[in-house]
Amino acid sequence: MDLTLDDYLLVSGLLFAIGFAGVLLRRNIIIIFMCLEMMLNAANLSLIAFSRYQAHDGMPNYNGQMLVFFIITVAAAEVAVGLAIIVALYRLRQTTHVEDISSLKF
Amino acid sequence: MTALFFWFFAAIMLGFACAVVCNRNPVASALSLVISFAGLAALFVLLDAYFLGVIQVLVYAGAVMVLFLFIIMLLDLKAEERRKFNTSVIIGGLVVAAAFVAELCAVIEELPFGNRTFPVIHGNLQDVQNVGALLFSSYNLPFQVVGVLLLVATIGVVILSKRELK
Repeated sequence: MDLTLDDYLLVSGLLFAIGFAGVLLRRNIIIIFMCLEMMLNAANLSLIAFSRYQAHDGMPNYNGQMLVFFIITVAAAEVAVGLAIIVALYRLRQTTHVEDISSLKF
Repeated sequence: MTALFFWFFAAIMLGFACAVVCNRNPVASALSLVISFAGLAALFVLLDAYFLGVIQVLVYAGAVMVLFLFIIMLLDLKAEERRKFNTSVIIGGLVVAAAFVAELCAVIEELPFGNRTFPVIHGNLQDVQNVGALLFSSYNLPFQVVGVLLLVATIGVVILSKRELK
């Protein structure tokens, strides 16, 4: 039984769904942030699967892999800034629990 | 053989992703996420994206997760573990996620090209060379812009971590 594009898309979608459920279920802002990273990586997996699927002349289509490279770079910058914001928030409020941080809530 | 490896690593990745969501201890969650990302890197290698597999291990499982663990240890989050879960929130979240999975399965069933196997790749793929050549030719401008982005992010983090925000 050979692998098809379907298998990779299904696994990528399941990873995205797990990350999505984590964002909805968990109330700890750091765990929510980790689940966001998981969703980014699910997108990366489907991009690479499509890049491999679009192979021609015996080489994968590298445009998809380039996009994944840039996503990883931007995600690393995003993690650094996001964690700095969380530390600043913790210093101000002494909590990482999203229900305790509701000053923007209507 | 490839299919066996694929399902093995996919199971590791998804299982530890579930562990990230279910664990109450943030340190255990972060360590589960490291293993999940390592499984994802193995899937990248199975898709002949060797360079990105290595980058995934170095950047995500290495640098980013160490940063997460560092912050978790710094903030001392032990008190967060004793919170009670709200049942209606859990049911709502699971229903939304299940609806997403169901819709996804329906879409994948409908894909006109989904059940075809992958084309053949040449025996010795010069992966890093190809990625590098493309990165410094067609994608030269985005590459430099990303460099500026990283610089700006570094400066932003330094300013954010100062004791007093002015």
